[in-house]
Amino acid sequence: MTDIDTPVNNGVNTEALLGAREALSDAPEAAEFTWRANCSWVGGTFSQTTVDGFSGLGQEHHHKTPYSFDADHPECFASEDRGATPPEILLAALASCLTAGVASVAQHRQIQLRSVTATVEGKMNVLGILGADPDIRNGFNDVTVQFDIDADASREDIQAIVAQSQKRSAVYDMVTNPTRVAVEVS
Amino acid sequence: MTASATRIPVVIIGAGHAGLAMSHRLSERSISHVVLERGEVANSWRTERWDSLCLLTPNWQSQLPGSGYSGDDPNGYMSMPEVADFITTYAATISAPVNSLTTVTRVSAANGGYVVETDRGIWVCDSVVIASGAANIANVPAIASETPASVTQVTAMAYRSPNDLDDRPVLVVGASATGVQLADEISRSGRAVTISVGEHVRMPRCYRERDVFWWMDKAGVLDERHDEVDDVVRARHLPSPQLIGTPDHRSIDLNALTDRGVEIVGRLGRISDGVAQFSGSLANVCMMADLKMNRLLQRFDDWAEGAGVADLGPSTRFDATRVPSPARLELSFAEDDIGTIIWATGYRPDYSWLDVPVLDRKGRLRHDGGVVGAPGLYVTGLNVLRRRRSSFINGAERDSEELSSHLQQYLERGVSN
Ligand SMILES: Cc1cc2nc3c(=O)[nH]c(=O)nc-3n(C[C@H](O)[C@H](O)[C@H](O)COP(=O)(O)OP(=O)(O)OC[C@H]3O[C@@H](n4cnc5c(N)ncnc54)[C@H](O)[C@@H]3O)c2cc1C
Repeated sequence: MTDIDTPVNNGVNTEALLGAREALSDAPEAAEFTWRANCSWVGGTFSQTTVDGFSGLGQEHHHKTPYSFDADHPECFASEDRGATPPEILLAALASCLTAGVASVAQHRQIQLRSVTATVEGKMNVLGILGADPDIRNGFNDVTVQFDIDADASREDIQAIVAQSQKRSAVYDMVTNPTRVAVEVS
Repeated sequence: MTASATRIPVVIIGAGHAGLAMSHRLSERSISHVVLERGEVANSWRTERWDSLCLLTPNWQSQLPGSGYSGDDPNGYMSMPEVADFITTYAATISAPVNSLTTVTRVSAANGGYVVETDRGIWVCDSVVIASGAANIANVPAIASETPASVTQVTAMAYRSPNDLDDRPVLVVGASATGVQLADEISRSGRAVTISVGEHVRMPRCYRERDVFWWMDKAGVLDERHDEVDDVVRARHLPSPQLIGTPDHRSIDLNALTDRGVEIVGRLGRISDGVAQFSGSLANVCMMADLKMNRLLQRFDDWAEGAGVADLGPSTRFDATRVPSPARLELSFAEDDIGTIIWATGYRPDYSWLDVPVLDRKGRLRHDGGVVGAPGLYVTGLNVLRRRRSSFINGAERDSEELSSHLQQYLERGVSN
């Protein structure tokens, strides 16, 4: 168990999050967020995506600095491999979303984390994207996330934290549930 | 309009067990009142439940103020006719002033009190107790409108028996007590059944040779108060536990359904072009339910040890929920020849007649332990109204005591203050 003198600190301000939950329940319009990304084709299968502005809490926000993501396909797909594949970026999004959840839930439950690593795998049969077999889907058939967590807690408590982080994860929800996507041309 | 109105201190809306318990408490306190009921006493149990339903709470727990279960099977579970008889007998025992076949159509505030309009006259009163039930309307998700026309849609409220369904396979959506009970019964009727499972509450019927409600009662689970539980909104919207009341006291978890040949799929996410899509989160919702069940059993064990209770069976843990791997993510209504969807997706109260601004943005009544945010207005019979026990018939005993005490003080302080 954690020493009584050392407060649990996973670096997550759960009081602020709980406060926000309370405040936003009473002001549901402020809870409407829009996340944005801008993608530019560079050449070949290489593109660069930048995120900067988003809206929420009734106003516009900017990240401290814009962040960008390079995406490409690897050489075995006859590309130049100038960035991660988009499915890998999705795996990164899933893993980081769940990991943030683990830290927050552990903080809320007063459990000190020492280390958290996640190994994510997505299995895909590329006959789908190649259009070679109509019975095979394009996307992942199966995604597995393997968490390795060192914390002051029982195995059951750690399992419960991981389960709760899935329950509250935006990316996990988007990957496991159908989402309406409208793609238009301007 | 008030020319023909009847003046009375208190109007109770609804003659289910909760309204009747309040009636008894007000009579004890010599507070004159009337109970308005759109049907007959125990209308919900007579007209809104499926044929085979038995309570999932044991008979000994059907205890109302001033009267309780007196039959010879305290550990059994009442059938619907038995529940209706039990409540009707109760109404007679306490001489409840019930006006049956009287539907309340509007309640509005006026002159520091309330005007209660019905299809049989108007009552003007100082205080109103809403006891019209927690389950007046069956919830049906918006995606239901995408269901192909070849499929018959039935809510759990309209469902009566498998005999009313055609012989084709059935999709049951929802895995609370209602969903698992209907999946079980329809599967036993010989039809193929798929059940769509979101978050659910798993519990064994019996643990260490005692009913799970004995444990929850003794270990203090049912007495956790609304202002003590971690997250009252969550507690109030928790699905009912996967339990069934049968003479053999069997459990009805997802493993039992799988053993019967029922197919388990994830939460229904979308229906489009004749295909239902299910969430890939099935393994996680099952894991959460297993973990929570084990925490509950641990709490029981800890309590038993602390209280020094002997003559219990050995402490055990149950098999983890077997999640089909891979679980099906899609179902084509045509290819699977689905004949019926049963929406077992919960119930909600109907407050369409309530013309007092006390509902939140989701149409839920704002209240603190049954004391509604308008003077003299009370509600009873809702999930975790004042404590976990409030969700069950048994909760009315203390809830009615506390709310009637509050109501009496309100009347005595002088309504106009
Ligand atoms: C399927 C199901 C199974 C359940 N199983 C159990 C169980 O095993 N054990 C347990 O303890 N609890 C069980 N419950 C929970 C709980 O006991 C019920 O929700 C219970 O009916 C609540 O009691 P009540 O008196 O508040 O409401 P009800 O019994 O619903 O009574 C409300 C009354 O108000 C009347 N009414 C409604 N609107 C109006 C109006 N506008 N004007 C006049 N009258 C009106 C209705 O006709 C009804 O008679 C179950 C609930 C459901 C839905």
